Amino acid sequence: MSDPVIALEDIHVDFGGPPVLQNVSLALYPNDIITVIGPNGAGKTTLVKVLLGIQRPDSGRVRRKTGLRIGYVPQRIVLQPTLPLTVERFLRLGSRHHQAIPETLERTGVAHLRKASIHHLSGGEMQRVLLARALLRRPHLLVLDEPAQGVDINGQAALYELIRDLRVDLGCAILMVSHDLHLVMASTDQVICLNRHICCQGQPESIAADPAFNDMFGDRLARSVAVYHHHHNHDHDLYGDPVDEQQQGSGS
Amino acid sequence: MIDGILDDFFWRALLGGLGVAIIAGPLGCFVVWRRMAYFGDTLAHSALLGVALGTLFHVDLNLSIALVCILLALVLVALSRQQTLANDTLLGILSHSSLAIGLVALSLMGEVRIDLSGYLFGDLLAISRDDLAWIAAGGALVLTLLTGLWRGLLMTTIHEELALVEGYSVTWLRLALMLMFSLVIAVAMKVVGVLLITALLIIPAATARPLSRTPETMALVASLMGMVAVSGGLSLSWFSDSAAGPSVVICAFVLFLSVWLLRGKAAR
Repeated sequence: MSDPVIALEDIHVDFGGPPVLQNVSLALYPNDIITVIGPNGAGKTTLVKVLLGIQRPDSGRVRRKTGLRIGYVPQRIVLQPTLPLTVERFLRLGSRHHQAIPETLERTGVAHLRKASIHHLSGGEMQRVLLARALLRRPHLLVLDEPAQGVDINGQAALYELIRDLRVDLGCAILMVSHDLHLVMASTDQVICLNRHICCQGQPESIAADPAFNDMFGDRLARSVAVYHHHHNHDHDLYGDPVDEQQQGSGS
Repeated sequence: MIDGILDDFFWRALLGGLGVAIIAGPLGCFVVWRRMAYFGDTLAHSALLGVALGTLFHVDLNLSIALVCILLALVLVALSRQQTLANDTLLGILSHSSLAIGLVALSLMGEVRIDLSGYLFGDLLAISRDDLAWIAAGGALVLTLLTGLWRGLLMTTIHEELALVEGYSVTWLRLALMLMFSLVIAVAMKVVGVLLITALLIIPAATARPLSRTPETMALVASLMGMVAVSGGLSLSWFSDSAAGPSVVICAFVLFLSVWLLRGKAAR
């Protein structure tokens, strides 16, 4: 196997108090999709920040591939309405591949919003714009922190499907943090259950049967996580409604 | 001919005011975008302390003001990392304490005659050639920094973590912004005074917002609005013998009101 894109070795983080992360090790290889799940306060966001290099671990090592480019889709972005900004300008600020902007927006399904003010986007549209922005950087590693937050349930399925397809196109590694157990299970290779340390990890099918997973999420919920595979025979708009081709792009 | 213009106090006032308005435009936008109005107030109030220290140690006042502002800005950035006190509480404490210390320090210097209201509300008509040189040099430095760092400053303003991941040095950019604020406050004090500096930063920027679709136009329009306010305020002060600083702020406010009222009508 090739070298990992990024690897965490025995990471330990405390903010001067009880440990937030301990003994966390993981490696991401090209084409991997790893999903981190865990209850609130499990250290998911801290783990993401260590990966991104925003948070320095108290001990342990972060090994990055040389010249690593990361595309980051933050959890929820709060923009000051006082700052006038169009979607296109927002994307231009993120990378120098300006000519790729239209096709990238097309790829994430929001081409019609290129000239729109960034302050008029819905939650789902914003996530897709952020995703486009991350893709424009031609990342080796894509990090998504709760990408489907503020997106309704049908839109969520479409978003995860898009993320899964992107991996095939880009060949990059993807790390996602998610709450949406049911939806995530179908679009990831590996699941890591985090609760300050890694409780268990493995393929979605096997993880649902793991006792540690049952302990974390409760027996009832764990059993209800049937692995759900989405079959693709029609398109969805941002809100998850099936659409016919004529309607697309006339939205704004 | 230029010499003749610079000999006339009215032209000096106009040139100085316009110079300050030009740099206050884009920086004011950052104050509005980053919600730093209270921060700006705190820095501005500390300028009075700069005056007191400068007078005490016989240092050029512009320099001592800029230095005190930079120092306070650094202290504020360091203190804002601790979690015990909310940021606005901290700013409130430092803002009023530095104002009070400045006022008392100045009043204790009995032997030096100091025009206190000039420092509090500005003394545009008393602008000297030295002040003009300061405005020109400070303005050139600020504009150079702004142009060079524009992309990064904008990105850290939009989303700090995204900017970090994309390789911008957020800490250095923040320090650069502090340095620019300190310089602007030092030179703007002559124009509108310690108590009204934030107005000169915020009002033109807020006026520019509904007229702009990009950050750059907002910065330019803010400069323009500030220039109109300075010219208007100076004329008002000339003809009605009102204090120059407050007159400038009133003009800026009238512009703000007109733009927002007209926009409201247009939207309806």
